[in-house]
Amino acid sequence: MAMFIRVDIDESVQADEALKKSLVEVCPVDIFALDGGRVVTLDANLDECTLCDLCIQAAGDRVQVVKLYRE
Amino acid sequence: MRLYEFEAKEVLRRARVPLPKSVMARTPEEAETAASEVGGPVVLKSQVLSGGRMKAGAIKFAEDGAGARAATAEILGITVNGQQSVGVLVEERRDVAQEYYAAVTWDGRAKRPVIIFSDMGGIDIEEVAEQHPEHLSRTHFSNLAPLSDYQAKVAVSRVGVTGNDLGPLTRIVAALVKVFVERDMTLAEINPIGKLADGTFVALDSHMDMEQEARGTHADLLRSLGIPDEDTRMARPPTEFEIAGAKVNDADTRGVAGNITEFDGNLGLIIGAGGGSLTLFDAVRAAGGNPANYCEIGGNPSVAKAAALTKLVLSKPGVDKIAVMMNVVSNTRADMMARGIVKGVIEAGYDPAEKIAIFRIPGSWEEEGFAILRKYGVEFVDRSVSMHEAAARAVAKMAGT
Repeated sequence: MAMFIRVDIDESVQADEALKKSLVEVCPVDIFALDGGRVVTLDANLDECTLCDLCIQAAGDRVQVVKLYRE
Repeated sequence: MRLYEFEAKEVLRRARVPLPKSVMARTPEEAETAASEVGGPVVLKSQVLSGGRMKAGAIKFAEDGAGARAATAEILGITVNGQQSVGVLVEERRDVAQEYYAAVTWDGRAKRPVIIFSDMGGIDIEEVAEQHPEHLSRTHFSNLAPLSDYQAKVAVSRVGVTGNDLGPLTRIVAALVKVFVERDMTLAEINPIGKLADGTFVALDSHMDMEQEARGTHADLLRSLGIPDEDTRMARPPTEFEIAGAKVNDADTRGVAGNITEFDGNLGLIIGAGGGSLTLFDAVRAAGGNPANYCEIGGNPSVAKAAALTKLVLSKPGVDKIAVMMNVVSNTRADMMARGIVKGVIEAGYDPAEKIAIFRIPGSWEEEGFAILRKYGVEFVDRSVSMHEAAARAVAKMAGT
């Protein structure tokens, strides 16, 4: 269970095939994965997020990285 | 890793260092045969990875095979500093006119290897250094530049050796330097080098330590000496806790979180960074603390790896709290460490605020790390608090002060 990081994916991303593929490719710690045609986050890897922002650079405000310890 | 005397002498023999005739024996019967092979009076030396053999009575003399057999039976029953003998080196007994000392080791302060030579061998070299410094030379050399016998000659001549003795002693010391550099030794020592009545020289005893990490590089040498991979040459076999620590490290290639050594204390340690482990362990001891373990963490381990190490340390019976302390980090991230440690504590079923005595990992991403620690109520300090002070605070917390 992730304790420190949550990644919110806007529903509009699911219609963008290139972006979904890009999210899976850019994350250095494999937070994103394709599951039945949808891009999802892998709970086991969320806390490994390095805050590199590569997913945000790829998706803009359609992906949000939430620091749970700042809430 | 330390070599037994008989192995070190084999290394010297291959380096063309003159040696007395000797045969390794594992039983009294073998010693009797060995003494006959060697011929004449022999010295029988227990093979242990420790000094203090003479004082323990583990070196004896015999005139013939029967005497060697009886002496070996006695020696094999003697432990030296808690170590059981793996056998006896049966060596021809030589009459020595003078003894010399030669060693090559690392000078940590100079950051270079150093040749130490003395014309007062056979005794404790620290004693010579203190009481007869004029009889001891220290000659630094570069292990990057091509080796030259000249450096060995300088080392030998500095204590006043001249004439016919200079050449053979130089050749022995030069060979020792070559072994040290080529075989990644941390210490290559001959003590004593004996000058015999006929003016020749032999290496009478030798002590060699090889870098543990160099075992793979020198697998050929170790195999040829009959040293199997599982022969770690550690002071004792690893405990289950230590084996589990190695598994934590091996399970994830990201960073380092392992090299655990188990102790009997109640303060678990998660320590590391640029020599920080040793410094912090000593600091805890100096403050009167009782470490439950030594370990090394660094190289930016994953959150999962840091959590696994934390859980392991907390699983050790008798551990009341953990102290998380590192030198100032650069490539390791303070926030990832904070995540891993806090996660490990929670997954182990404890409250981080209660279980973490102190958290001192200043450096890269520390503000993010501090935010995590604040959230979970963990006491943390930045680099304005020294490693020694942090250790003292952790120890004080254990005492409830």
